[in-house]
Amino acid sequence: MTGKVAVVVFPGSNCEHDVVHALRLLGGDAELVWHRVSDLSEFSGVVLPGGFAHGDYLRTGAIARFSPVMPEVERLAAAGAPVLGICNGFQVLCEAGLLPGAMVANRDLEFISRPVHVRVESTGGVLTANASVGDVLRIPLNSYEGNFVAPPAALDALESAGRVVLRYCDAEGNVDESSNPNGSTNAIAGIVGAAGNVAGLMPHPERASEAILGSADGRVLLESFLASLHSAAVVT
Amino acid sequence: MSITRKAGLSDPEGVATGRALRDLGYDEVGEVHFGRAITLEIDDGRLLDAAEGATPVADGRIREMCERLLANPVIEDYSIEALP
Amino acid sequence: MTSVLSPHAQLGMTDGEYDSLVAILGREPRPAELAMYSVMWSEHCSYKSSRAWLGRFPTEAPWVVVGPGENAGVVDLGDGWLAALRIESHNHPSFVEPYQGAATGVGGILRDIFTMGARPIAVWNAIRFGSLDDARNRYLLQGVVSGIAGYGNAVGVPTLGGELELSAGYAKNPLVNVMALGLLRREQLVLSGASGEGNLAVLLGASTGRDGIGGASILASTGFDEASGAKRPSVQIGDPFEEKKLIEACLELYDRGLVVGIQDLGAAGISCAASESAAKGGMGMVVDLDDVPLREPDMTPGEILMSESQERMLAIVTPQDLHSVKEVAAKWEIDAAVIGTVTAGGALEVRHHGEVVADVPAASLSEGAPSYRRPAAPPAVLERLWSDAPVLPAGIDMEDVLLRLLDDPAIGDRSWIYHQYDHLLFLNTVVEPGHDGALLRIKGTDKALAVSTDGNGAVCGLDPRRGAARIVYEAALNVAVVGTRPYAVVDNLNLGNPEKPAVMWQLIETIEGMSEACEALGIPVVGGNVSLYNETDGADIDPTPVVGMLGLADPIPQQPPRLDRAEEGMGIWLVGPEDDADFAAAAYTRVVLAHLGGRPGDVDHEVGPAVVRAATKLAQAGVPVVHDLSAGGMAVALAEVCIRSGVGASVVERSWRGLLAEGPHRFLVVAPAGALPDLPGVPTRKVGTMGGTRIDFGRHGSVALEHARRVWQEALPRRLR
Repeated sequence: MTGKVAVVVFPGSNCEHDVVHALRLLGGDAELVWHRVSDLSEFSGVVLPGGFAHGDYLRTGAIARFSPVMPEVERLAAAGAPVLGICNGFQVLCEAGLLPGAMVANRDLEFISRPVHVRVESTGGVLTANASVGDVLRIPLNSYEGNFVAPPAALDALESAGRVVLRYCDAEGNVDESSNPNGSTNAIAGIVGAAGNVAGLMPHPERASEAILGSADGRVLLESFLASLHSAAVVT
Repeated sequence: MSITRKAGLSDPEGVATGRALRDLGYDEVGEVHFGRAITLEIDDGRLLDAAEGATPVADGRIREMCERLLANPVIEDYSIEALP
Repeated sequence: MTSVLSPHAQLGMTDGEYDSLVAILGREPRPAELAMYSVMWSEHCSYKSSRAWLGRFPTEAPWVVVGPGENAGVVDLGDGWLAALRIESHNHPSFVEPYQGAATGVGGILRDIFTMGARPIAVWNAIRFGSLDDARNRYLLQGVVSGIAGYGNAVGVPTLGGELELSAGYAKNPLVNVMALGLLRREQLVLSGASGEGNLAVLLGASTGRDGIGGASILASTGFDEASGAKRPSVQIGDPFEEKKLIEACLELYDRGLVVGIQDLGAAGISCAASESAAKGGMGMVVDLDDVPLREPDMTPGEILMSESQERMLAIVTPQDLHSVKEVAAKWEIDAAVIGTVTAGGALEVRHHGEVVADVPAASLSEGAPSYRRPAAPPAVLERLWSDAPVLPAGIDMEDVLLRLLDDPAIGDRSWIYHQYDHLLFLNTVVEPGHDGALLRIKGTDKALAVSTDGNGAVCGLDPRRGAARIVYEAALNVAVVGTRPYAVVDNLNLGNPEKPAVMWQLIETIEGMSEACEALGIPVVGGNVSLYNETDGADIDPTPVVGMLGLADPIPQQPPRLDRAEEGMGIWLVGPEDDADFAAAAYTRVVLAHLGGRPGDVDHEVGPAVVRAATKLAQAGVPVVHDLSAGGMAVALAEVCIRSGVGASVVERSWRGLLAEGPHRFLVVAPAGALPDLPGVPTRKVGTMGGTRIDFGRHGSVALEHARRVWQEALPRRLR
């Protein structure tokens, strides 16, 4: 395995350069891959970055999930490779069925662009393996549809299997209604799939990767992802 | 076709709109659910049944379009209606 | 009774202009030609009422690469880096349809940037409405903010700041000014002129429909009246996804050297792009309207030429590069249609269905436009207004006054607005919205850029020359306090009906005041926009120049000052000339006395630049807080620092007037005691100490910090619920 990460670019994606920048800063080998590429055999992992793929038209992520690159992303996911969806990328993974649930409009019907706090709930999976349970991270949120919903059965499955890895909280780590910026069910900010290698989160870790930008708390999440590129198997 | 949010799932636009209507004095309004209407112009003879008067509504392809792309079955229900 | 207006009058053209057109063509114009000239010679496109005076601006400096006249101004940042900047208004469309008016304003200004070869990296917006007590104004504010967020976030350009002014005069004439900044390497610079006989004119982007037909001429060249509702169909609809694809496609075209010149389509659509592109290159063009991808059937040639459909560019391409251009367009899923050819001779010939529908000298559409020197005279009320200075009480209750000022929605916390805008995209934002100026790093270099947009209709209404100069100094200070030196200006002049001598006088005075201040500071004006006819039912807005100031730092300050870096025990200094008399347009006078009168104090071109240099020096030296004084003077500036830092303060003995007067040359510094660098030539005095849980003004009163914070935080949101 080469350890190369494909950062997929859909028409309308806009965080791809930022993700590549942050991954390279952490020693990762990341490359931009156009959504019409249908062969990802040279890559060991995938990131679907933030933005407005296809303008978010119809539903956010609804059109992107049919891009030619997606069958390859699905193949890598099934093979246990790390696949990370950030913000819009998380929405695409939900639409593609690689993660459960879906995103709807923020509770207060306003776009939210500001730092929020998230608490690490579990270190199982590629997103939080290098963090510790209880860590409070300050990371920017930037979305209109960041409100996670899922049918009751899927929600139960996530919670009971410990696959909710990040929850919105206040600066001290308390999870409550006032610290939930968008009304997300159970204050869910990030989850992993059943095998732990597919992960999605709404806040942007690449925007909290350097102190000069206000916070470097996102590094641990990207480091977890990069570290998992070289693991043969991932446990939940 | 008409696509609506599944009952029981969070619908912030619906909540806000219901509140706004009640604030305006329409307190008879209960739950509000948002959805969207999509009109497809179908222009292909092979979708019509051989029998006269048949419409493409029951045809599997329209239903497929809804299930695969136009609606998200996790959070949405849909219904299809043929327009003259 | 039917209208008996002539065809040209129906299109907004005067008889004199029509005669002038006939003289240029040597004959009567064809219908499509009349359509083209009517939009190109409208106020919005031709600047016919202001052009004669704009030459006053100082536009030159060794670091200016492209001055006024192209799509955006371009300055040299050193080491092969250039910045492109531009500011534009979208006032009238935003009154008719606030969301789309603001959204398409953002779209338009972005095109002006990436048409120069630069990736747009940030936008700012200066918005003005009437009082929020009126539901209509709340609707406009919310619509405009949503439109800017909806378009800016989706197109993928961060919004890094702006300003909000609320005044009755803007109730029926809201102002929406948008500024954009782009970054590029010198070798990436592209200009608009068409060159090379036989080269192709390729229309890129969205299809052409009836959006905004006559928008430039109808909406932006006359005031509003009862019939404004009927103007709704003219508003353009923006598609940020289309624009994003267009940006990426164009940047890829530039990267591969596939474009000879490129021009964005804004006001007057194809008419403007084709004629200006040809004229700037000293060439002509043949255009076939049958090749324009249309969104609607049966459009007349005039409609196709005047359409202001959004998200379109006109690229000049060599025939051998056409195939590659189409490949890039296909990849990004945008149209690329050859609609014309560059010719020698200077004529713009337009064909439709095999017939010539227009054949005019290309340059005459812009250069042939009239330039009026309309009569100017100061408003009759001016002397009386100046002598009607506010009557100031002997003493005040500082707690009451400060809370009332902090509760003013144009002074209080504006995060309700800017938290709806993506402000971190591209990972350049070092100082985010909410401080005096935004600071952006340039990755891969030691350089940083700062931008501030500033205006003040109230002060300019009282004295346009002094007001405009004061705004330039305010903007310069706002970029200086984050550690940059003021480097270039773009200006947006918003005024009323130029057919009134008082408004013409305001325009000339505004330009003069701005020019004097820019000269004193050594800052070139590299571009600008004039929006006239901001008038409803005969009432004009106050002259409202908005300055977009760019600052440059090399190297980037290691620890830029921020409003939240003050700590217990630090000292507070006031830097700049002592001032306790400047109350004419002060927030205290407006909010507490509900008075408008007196004459604002003049600027000082000796001390002013020295004060700005001092601010840059302190910010570069790592001083924790350097904060420009503006609305509410020293009292509000100090309260802002206390609230953001979570620490109270106590102020040494001062007259209350010294706490609330508003002069243009002062700023606050908070730093560890004894740590203030020397500032020769600039008056500096210690005025207090940080500490405690109250903001204490001595004998004038004190305010609990927590109370001040709550009032400040709720000022805007509580009025919008």
